[in-house]
Amino acid sequence: MSMPFGYVSPEQEMRDKADFARKGIARGRSVVVLQYENGILFVAPNASRALHKISEIYDRIGFAAVGKYNEFEALRLGGIRYADINGYTYDRSDVTARGLANLYAQSLGMVFTESRKPYEVEIVVAEVGDAPEDDQIYRLTFDGSVADEHGFVVMGGVAEAVAGRLKDRFREGMSLPDALDAALAALTEPGGERPPMLQLEVAVLDRTREHRKFQRLTGPRLERLLATGSSSVTPPSEAGAGGPLEAGDGDSPATAPEGDIDTGSGG
Amino acid sequence: MAAQRGWMNNLFLDTGSTSFTEFVGSYAPGLLPARFESLAAPVGDQIPHATTIVAATFAGGVVVAGDRRATAGNYISQKDMEKVFRTDDYSCMGIAGTASTGIEMARLYQVELEHYEKREGRELSVEGKANRLATMIRGNLPMAMQGLAVVPLFAAYDENRGTGRIFSYDVGGGPYEQTNYASIGSGSLFARGALKKLYREGASAEDIILTCVHSLYDAADDDSATGGPDVARKIWPLVAVITDEGFRRLPDEEVEGYVRQVLDLRMTDPDGPTAPLR
Repeated sequence: MSMPFGYVSPEQEMRDKADFARKGIARGRSVVVLQYENGILFVAPNASRALHKISEIYDRIGFAAVGKYNEFEALRLGGIRYADINGYTYDRSDVTARGLANLYAQSLGMVFTESRKPYEVEIVVAEVGDAPEDDQIYRLTFDGSVADEHGFVVMGGVAEAVAGRLKDRFREGMSLPDALDAALAALTEPGGERPPMLQLEVAVLDRTREHRKFQRLTGPRLERLLATGSSSVTPPSEAGAGGPLEAGDGDSPATAPEGDIDTGSGG
Repeated sequence: MAAQRGWMNNLFLDTGSTSFTEFVGSYAPGLLPARFESLAAPVGDQIPHATTIVAATFAGGVVVAGDRRATAGNYISQKDMEKVFRTDDYSCMGIAGTASTGIEMARLYQVELEHYEKREGRELSVEGKANRLATMIRGNLPMAMQGLAVVPLFAAYDENRGTGRIFSYDVGGGPYEQTNYASIGSGSLFARGALKKLYREGASAEDIILTCVHSLYDAADDDSATGGPDVARKIWPLVAVITDEGFRRLPDEEVEGYVRQVLDLRMTDPDGPTAPLR
């Protein structure tokens, strides 16, 4: 049977869209979201001081994204509206990360299937609970799929390599300096140099804070945290000889992939 | 992206302005504080009213305090009402007038400030915050004419100047920036008299808190709609302090300490401290 000219099968179309989105997302740098003893930590290498990859959505909810800035910024603004209008209509405690993740999933899924170009974004919606076991981390991909994550999430750039390095260092209930140190170690390729403080975007959802749990860590406070973290580093015993760190030393892909350098607006 | 239905319509596409109030107005107008065309008859006497709020600045911040009574006519509708609201980390508002409208306005205003801050990644200037509140009050003018007036007192810590600032309003809006101290509500005349005589420029936070508690006592002394300290039920005025460390509502035990000082003094001198004549 002959196909009409220009026919593309749905399978092929979805594959092409997914490949396109994946490529766009891998072009930027990785963003790391991980739990620590008092909440959830967000770390993003970001050269721009004005264009954020990490943001507050509501009292207990934070947002992190990689990919195309204008696309995830639209999602961020929509999320803030969703949260604010729900909190105003009902009560502040009725705004949940689960509801927001569902809304994002709907929106991303619809864009993926119905528009010519899918969103080149991957996002994390995280909610800090009263105890570590109540923390929720949702990871949403460009096609609207949702994954409920525990412990840590790495997205964008060479996510798998970074996740591999983070897995070796991550422990439950780490202190904030240790968690930050683990995140930076994971974001740095073996033998590479850590991103300078001014090119880091760091924020926490701190369950010990009153009212709004989200807080950006900048300036002297971040400097102090970086200093404490790197001085108290003790590589975990699991990563001894023959551990994944050394094994992957030679052939692990670079953290900064080929392509444009991330300016915060493109990736 | 195909249009989504219902109230989610264009949530992501139409990014609109930074004002949460405008957004609610276009999106779900029914959620805004009601603005009826007209009421059949003034209802001011039947709806609970919140009464006296005082505010005064000190070196490095501002104190806001309010009594706890709400009245409907000559009936005390609530003994422990809270009418000072934290609006963001560095500001708060107290309300006088129709209690329900005031509470709703404070709730909306709180989201309004936070919405701007989250969207823009910066806080509004103190003037910006004060002006925004004026617009909301002006919107309530038709209701105010029907007896549902609400008048707030807005206080904020100005990070640029390193001082506390106070703004008052009337039913048509405002804002009117006040120097040193201000009061609103039914007992405000008496409270202002006390503030005028007791206020000292450059006083410490503790002294200004004590001054505010004294002025509320004087308001309750002469105004039936203002509640004095309720020793039996342990209901004390609500006191909030805003400094460079942010908004802090004093815990009841701390306020009790100030109230006990005031009560002890009034046992021997019922009219309270006197200002030197010369």
